[in-house]
Amino acid sequence: MNSTHHEPTFVQRYIFSLDHKVIGLQYMITSMIFLLVGFSFMLIMRWQLAFPGHPIPVIGHWLPGWIAPGGVLVPDAYNMLGAMHGTIMIFLGVVPLGVGAFGNYVLPLQIGAPDMAFPRLNMMSYWVYFMGGIVMLGSFLCPGGPAQSGWTSYAPLSVIAGSGQTVWIIGMIFLITSSLFGSINFLVTAINMRAPGLTWFRLPVFVWAQVVTAILLLIAFPVLEAGSILQLLDRVAGTSFFIPAGLIIDGVPMTRAGGGSVLLWQHLFWFLAHPEVYVLILPAMGIVAEILANGTRKPLFGYKEIVGSMIFIGLLSFFVWAHHMFLSGMKSSLAKGFTTTTMIISVPSVAILTCLILSLMGGSIRYRSPMLYALGFLPMFGIGGLTGLPLGFTVTDIYLHDTYYVIGHFHYVVVTGSLIALMGGVVYWFPKFYGRRMNECWNKIHFWLTIIFMNGIFFPMFIQGIAGVQRRLYDPTIQLHNVIVQPTNIFMSASALCLMLTQSIFVVNFFYSMFKGEKTEENPWQATTLEWACPSPPPHGNFTSLPTVYRGPYEYSVPGRSTDWWPQNASN
Amino acid sequence: MTGNYGWGLPIEASTFAHEMDSSLILVHISMVVIFVLWGLFFAYCLVRYRSRPGHNAVYPHHSAKHALGSFVPDVIVLAFEIWLIFIFGMPIWAHIKDSFPKPEDSTHIRITAQQFAWNVHYPGPDGKFGRTDPSLVDSTNPIGLDPKDPASADDLVVVNDFHVPLGKPILVDLTSQDVIHSFFVPEFRIKQDAVPGMMIPVWVEPTLKGQFELVCSQLCGVGHYRMIGHVKVDSPEEYRAWYNGLKQTQQEAQVKAAAAAVAAQPWE
Repeated sequence: MNSTHHEPTFVQRYIFSLDHKVIGLQYMITSMIFLLVGFSFMLIMRWQLAFPGHPIPVIGHWLPGWIAPGGVLVPDAYNMLGAMHGTIMIFLGVVPLGVGAFGNYVLPLQIGAPDMAFPRLNMMSYWVYFMGGIVMLGSFLCPGGPAQSGWTSYAPLSVIAGSGQTVWIIGMIFLITSSLFGSINFLVTAINMRAPGLTWFRLPVFVWAQVVTAILLLIAFPVLEAGSILQLLDRVAGTSFFIPAGLIIDGVPMTRAGGGSVLLWQHLFWFLAHPEVYVLILPAMGIVAEILANGTRKPLFGYKEIVGSMIFIGLLSFFVWAHHMFLSGMKSSLAKGFTTTTMIISVPSVAILTCLILSLMGGSIRYRSPMLYALGFLPMFGIGGLTGLPLGFTVTDIYLHDTYYVIGHFHYVVVTGSLIALMGGVVYWFPKFYGRRMNECWNKIHFWLTIIFMNGIFFPMFIQGIAGVQRRLYDPTIQLHNVIVQPTNIFMSASALCLMLTQSIFVVNFFYSMFKGEKTEENPWQATTLEWACPSPPPHGNFTSLPTVYRGPYEYSVPGRSTDWWPQNASN
Repeated sequence: MTGNYGWGLPIEASTFAHEMDSSLILVHISMVVIFVLWGLFFAYCLVRYRSRPGHNAVYPHHSAKHALGSFVPDVIVLAFEIWLIFIFGMPIWAHIKDSFPKPEDSTHIRITAQQFAWNVHYPGPDGKFGRTDPSLVDSTNPIGLDPKDPASADDLVVVNDFHVPLGKPILVDLTSQDVIHSFFVPEFRIKQDAVPGMMIPVWVEPTLKGQFELVCSQLCGVGHYRMIGHVKVDSPEEYRAWYNGLKQTQQEAQVKAAAAAVAAQPWE
């Protein structure tokens, strides 16, 4: 754009780049690596769950002695891997992939902007996230290992835990800061930099999803940041924000002023972490909407209903947090209020799912690989949503709370829901990223195996939950009530291993196609939105000339036209 | 005891277990119905609207009737949820979590959870819990019961394995010494977090004699998985015999320990 600039060096172009597309791809590769790291932690834990006390085969002897002496995982290490699995998957994997990667790459293109509003802030957002990730992984070097109090870090357990927890909090502060930078940038970009003619109701659903997500991050994360700093002070400065008087730890009375509230941490944490659930799911819904409109060759059903529901979800997500706390000891009448808000928030979610499935009606569905992932999202997210019902319902939550039922529920939402949609997003926008496409056949094989193995892992969790198996047990077989359903653990662990092997198909396909994939034109999916109106991959500055928008985002199969797609920027 | 468990829900061993199970079954049946109806429609769409030669997508003409139709699933789900929560659920929740039996009509005990054990404190025949003080906690006095308090003379403290009589409710005052634990007896269908600094009441009325597992369901540290207690539901006679026998043994042990302590002091 600016001809006086000198040619950027390799480092400027690919490492400390200000280009939203490079930053988006950096986010993508980094978060996918973290997803694999978080998943491999779980594989180690799953071996222990399937065969408690048996040495881990192959890798067992390479693990350090404090994790697995003689190849057998120890309980501390199980708790550490569990806490790090949750933290990495959510804060370093799925959110950066859905928001950092796709938001960065696709949002400016879809609104016809040359870049993000604040490119330097954008670069900083990535590098602060990267630092957060390094700090999180670095906590494995702490004496006593990394955080081991669960990803929820409930006080007082987290306050009395080893130094790894301090590093966890510092890592979280990095990640929160990065998210704040990102969300401010997304909002300013979406509000100020839309192409001429691109009114709010001509925005693609994906952009709406990112806008609502950015607002959630902007409002919810500072609360956790404050809470994290209070916990940090409790740990290092001897304060008692979350510590009541008279605790006896390991037989020794704790010398603290006390007067803190244990439940306060839970309120602060879930005030972030419930909106966070929607941060995990909204970008995925946005991607699914884009792919569905394109794959059915017709406009989405109920565009305004979907957008309105997303805004409504965003608003309501701040009023449901205590449904994680029905049994926490908070006043039981509060539970009635929160079960009501939880019931209300299911309405817009049902509305979005209904609109997405009604979008299929009257379509001409092209079963290409992105469409498979988007279609797979629908029933899987359906299971995830439905199984939320007995958990949000106070009565049945008494039995199911903190059992594997909960784990099954949120993994159906986040893994078979969000992650499947995000994989679809990678496949759908890959031609835009690299000007080549991923191998269609291998994508389809990857999709089917992934869906099968994911269900193989997560469905038995409901069976375990009904039998009363609690979460976070190092050795479930010690408790009699878990013994009969123990074979499910072997089945789930085998599925998990197969799922990991299946991902190698995706990884190889991704990197092979990056260099050797079939070359594609600018708009291989014959799509209407603006990101397909620039070259693939787009040059620095994106558009050769700034586009003008004349119509809504999904004008497919408009009668009387020779082609079945009508780009937003086509003047006739 | 293994006979209490299977591939589905454990046996029902409390007065509200059946209500809980009906709720679980009702919710799951409705979930399956919603999912199957929805899935059939989904599958129909996938086949009916597949891309094929001679088939084109239809550009929709917005009609109010169409748009309203999309709210039908919403209205059905909302109506079901309103019925489930307000008409069906709230009374059960209030019954389990809000309406407690009177202490004098129930087996009133205090459970203090710690890493990684359940300390059960019986108030004895006087119905009064003796004073406890964190500074008195040691290996023989896990909850720091003050022996100087007259109310503590007939108290009994046991760890992990405890008995209750059949035929009346158990009223538990639940608390914790260190971190959050959670009191969960699958057969009783009851669960409640034990929170340090809070005393939370929980009640349950057993309907079966036998031994039931009391497990921790909130991550409480390295020994979380082996924090197991056992509730033994006895007939009232068996319960009294157990209580009195154990109380006597403990008192004898205390007398012996006191005598030994005196003998060990050289200046006496």
